[in-house]
Amino acid sequence: MRAFEYVSPNSKAQAMSLLATAWGKTEIIAGGTDLLALMKDDVVSPRRLINLKEVKDLHGISSGSNGMRIGALTTLDEIASNAEIKENFPAFADALMEVASPQIRNQATLGGNLCQRPRCWYFRNGFGLLPKDETGKDLVEPGENRYHAILGNSGRAKFVSPSTIAPILIAYGARVRVESPKGKRDLPLEKFFLTPKSEAEREHDLRPNEIVTELVLPLATNVRAAHYEIRQKEAFDWPLAVAAVALTTNGSSVTSARVVLGHVAPVPWRSPAAEQTLTGQQVNRSTAENAAQAAVAAATPLSGNAYKVQLARVAVKRAIMKAAGGVA
Amino acid sequence: MPNYAWPQENDRTLIGTRVTRVDAPVKVSGQAKYTYDTHRPGMLYGKVLRCPYAHAKIVSIDISAAEKMPGVNAVQIVQGPGSMIHWEGDEIVAVAAIDEPTAEDAIRAIQVKYAPLEHLVSDAEPPKNSAQGQGPLSADDIDDMLDNQVPSQQMVSQIKQYGLTEKIDEDTLKQLKADGATDDVLNAIQAATVHPEAAQRPKSNYQKAAVQTIGDPDQGFKDSEFVSEGLYGVPVITHCCLETHGSISEWTDESHLFTHISTQNVSGIPGQMAEPLKLPATNIRVHQDNIGGGFGSKFAPDRWGIFTAQISKKAGGKPVRIMLERDAELKVAGARPSAFARVKVGAKKDGTILAWQSESWGTGGPGGGGMPPIPYVFSVPNQRKEHTAIRNNIGPARAWRAPNHPQAAVLTMCALDDLAAAVNMDPLDFFSRNLDLTKPRQEIYREEFAIASDLMDWKNKWHPRRQSSPGEIVRGVGLSIHTWGGRGHASDCDLTIHPDGSVDLKMGSQDLGTGTRTCILIVAADTLGIPINAIHLLIGDTNYPPSGGSGGSTTIGGVTSSTRRAAVDARDALFAKVAPALRAQPEELECVNGNVRVRGDSTRSLSWKEACSKLGAMPQTVRGKNPDRDKPPDLTNSGVGGVQMAEVEVDTDTGIVKVKKMVAVQDCGLVVNVKTAESQVYGALIMGISYSLFEEKVMDPTTGRMLNANMEFYRLAGFNDIPELVVRMMTGKGYDERGVIGLGEPPVISPGAAISNAVANAIGVRVPFLPLTPDRVLAALQPKAGA
Repeated sequence: MRAFEYVSPNSKAQAMSLLATAWGKTEIIAGGTDLLALMKDDVVSPRRLINLKEVKDLHGISSGSNGMRIGALTTLDEIASNAEIKENFPAFADALMEVASPQIRNQATLGGNLCQRPRCWYFRNGFGLLPKDETGKDLVEPGENRYHAILGNSGRAKFVSPSTIAPILIAYGARVRVESPKGKRDLPLEKFFLTPKSEAEREHDLRPNEIVTELVLPLATNVRAAHYEIRQKEAFDWPLAVAAVALTTNGSSVTSARVVLGHVAPVPWRSPAAEQTLTGQQVNRSTAENAAQAAVAAATPLSGNAYKVQLARVAVKRAIMKAAGGVA
Repeated sequence: MPNYAWPQENDRTLIGTRVTRVDAPVKVSGQAKYTYDTHRPGMLYGKVLRCPYAHAKIVSIDISAAEKMPGVNAVQIVQGPGSMIHWEGDEIVAVAAIDEPTAEDAIRAIQVKYAPLEHLVSDAEPPKNSAQGQGPLSADDIDDMLDNQVPSQQMVSQIKQYGLTEKIDEDTLKQLKADGATDDVLNAIQAATVHPEAAQRPKSNYQKAAVQTIGDPDQGFKDSEFVSEGLYGVPVITHCCLETHGSISEWTDESHLFTHISTQNVSGIPGQMAEPLKLPATNIRVHQDNIGGGFGSKFAPDRWGIFTAQISKKAGGKPVRIMLERDAELKVAGARPSAFARVKVGAKKDGTILAWQSESWGTGGPGGGGMPPIPYVFSVPNQRKEHTAIRNNIGPARAWRAPNHPQAAVLTMCALDDLAAAVNMDPLDFFSRNLDLTKPRQEIYREEFAIASDLMDWKNKWHPRRQSSPGEIVRGVGLSIHTWGGRGHASDCDLTIHPDGSVDLKMGSQDLGTGTRTCILIVAADTLGIPINAIHLLIGDTNYPPSGGSGGSTTIGGVTSSTRRAAVDARDALFAKVAPALRAQPEELECVNGNVRVRGDSTRSLSWKEACSKLGAMPQTVRGKNPDRDKPPDLTNSGVGGVQMAEVEVDTDTGIVKVKKMVAVQDCGLVVNVKTAESQVYGALIMGISYSLFEEKVMDPTTGRMLNANMEFYRLAGFNDIPELVVRMMTGKGYDERGVIGLGEPPVISPGAAISNAVANAIGVRVPFLPLTPDRVLAALQPKAGA
């Protein structure tokens, strides 16, 4: 790890004033569970770290008439054990409990989870987010791409979006607030994730001097939601595929649906085709299978990850069945 | 002649019982000190610049900027310009500085120019006609072998078998010696035949060994009523020691070195450091309290252990610490060779195995590597075997717990399991029918099969293979058997009885976490009739009598044999001093429950302390040795048998495999401590589940780098991945009288084959290669979809 300057502001304004306007010079540290590894591996080497943990109004969970607000600095464990979250957004609480390990959930924050960098092993080995070797040759397509994207991978970005909770948050219609010295902006979480087209871009709609400050989960009625992830190990493992669904039902049939996949594309991957397949239908094994098939119909697997198409399909099917079963 | 033999069952107080390991409290409370925990006064931190290329020549190195940096004490070029690098992560320059960040900054300030060369990191099936027969060796080949850490024995046999392309002159011989050639290798070079015409042959990465034939394989297949053909294999995996390799070295004066090193071989380290450091071995002191895993990868000081000592000298003798980073640990500090094979096996319809044919290949890195011992355990009467060694740039191989046996078990037991399915037999019946091919251990296996089958409820759980329907969660069971040598190594110890009744025992051995300390104490305490905590045991230091490296399951036999001899001699010497006081002859005495007394007369008895006071003013020290022909009988033995069964559940929609239960029935002769023996088997099963389901060294074809040199994508089994484990040690008649035999290797051999066979039983088809990941399982289930 390279030497760096550590600053610990106690207000948002102070924090934002300490951020540089270009990537690379400064980094925000919250739980640090991702950033410190990136620094130790020399993937990022900021001159200054801005610690947000002393900024009080970034922390906590509150509920209002429109829904629940969660400060970006709230830890994953605090959210998962919050009674109102468990009651109103049980599938989110489920997803949180599957993240990493208890130690990491005690330390990692919501904002950090959404802003964590991809786990692509070429990126982590210093070959960039759109990995190429020193001669400019693409590394992922001819290389080891068993964990890479099967959807949204037609550009140079082949990594998968790492957050396992983003899909269910998007399914619940979460919005994220981003603040900069110039002001605030709210955007649907779905729009927060971007597919970079050049090495100069990042995978989030976040400018270098902006901070994610909170997340808003709109209260939903008649919504049945579920999160399902497929992992090799029982615990503390990155999933091979994640699916999150939120079904708004009118009695027995689906009036609207959100189907979002994770770990299959450079962004959390919303599937309008699967959503349409479900709309107006009663959920049963057959409609779930049809929707799951629709979710992966456009998949373009790479040389070593065709199996992920099957896993994504199964994850979607199981998430739908789990949601319909009222389990979530 | 004193009776050194192991006591009979009725006379044992501790041997063969269940004793909790003596170091449990310090281990679970975090007080146990590992080399990694060692911090010496004034210690400097070392870092290593590693080559980013899998194959390259070093053109130039500029260390001037690093040398000038404040806080940098010493910079040492490890491999200079002109050196050939054969794997990513190889050491180029080492730096010692006042702290880690400064050392890292210094590493970044070093300029190295490389000329990258073409590399090969794949171990896929050799392309047709790519392999060449091994030919005579050049001096460069031999230097490459030294560079690639090819074992001395293997070098000698290749030099003898293939000869040399040139006569090697005295200067080159000196150079080879300096590069680490052993005397055996140098003698082989001098005795070798020279074939100058062979010097012109181009070199291939693929080297084919001569075909080996036993019996008449063609006739064997002709006589076979059932033939099964299949593809099987295991990839390269790493040792992934939780405590990485490394040492802290310091010079206590101009000519004395003190090293704390993470090693399986405390007594053997000075001899290996002496030559490169130009220092008598006796001037090198090595110390280690605890080790966090070695698994066969920590017998040598390694290049980094040598340059840690050298750079310490450059830094004025200050202690220098170089422990490998996690990524380096996975890249350079040890890998298990891969092994793959196309196997054809034939049997009569009653299940009698008649013929074996295999075309195998695999890599042990730049050194190539040999064929695993296939067919494993079963001496099939008719065999034809061909093996191609792939020399590539994945880094050097090292012994990995039961070298070559887990691979051989997969290639053999999976092929035989498929043959059993072809014959339509329960594999338990099929294996049992062929046990005469496992001589001399057929009775051991037969007994173990019966026990394992009960513990697994095999008869109810096994079912013939059948097609699963999509989406089904299916279960299956599989089995495998294994063998290992495990004779005790050379081991000396000093046992001292002090006149105040205290006892100490010194031995230069090491406890790999297996219970060695506990077992030494059990033997000494049982023999002296005093409690374990009455003996002070000192191990892990070259100040104590030498004891062999802990590899190949040799420790328990070695350390217990010498301890037994020392304790018997010490006891008898004590008896001689005490006898007059008890008005008895020494041979009438016994020591039981902390007393020295006359056998059969409870009135003539002294407490241990009183008895020891009869020694006079001086403590009495005796030396115990193993082997020791003058003090029979032989207390250790070789050759064990083990049976394992696995039960798995497979989600046919996702290809995820969960191990639900494992049964291990294991023989290791006389079991010294049943509890720690069982623990060692538990550990092996966990390690086995890990390599069966998760472990694989993933190499990038373009850059030649290891991509998963971390513990996120180099997966190890976690608690929740470990199912019910049932372990049964074989004891009693037929086992105890064979003496003490090692246990480290055997139980880790079978899990891969047993789990793979259970998956085949569950899903109806064979998943050819470990680890049994979803991509591989789904590909096997849907062969047309590919993967």
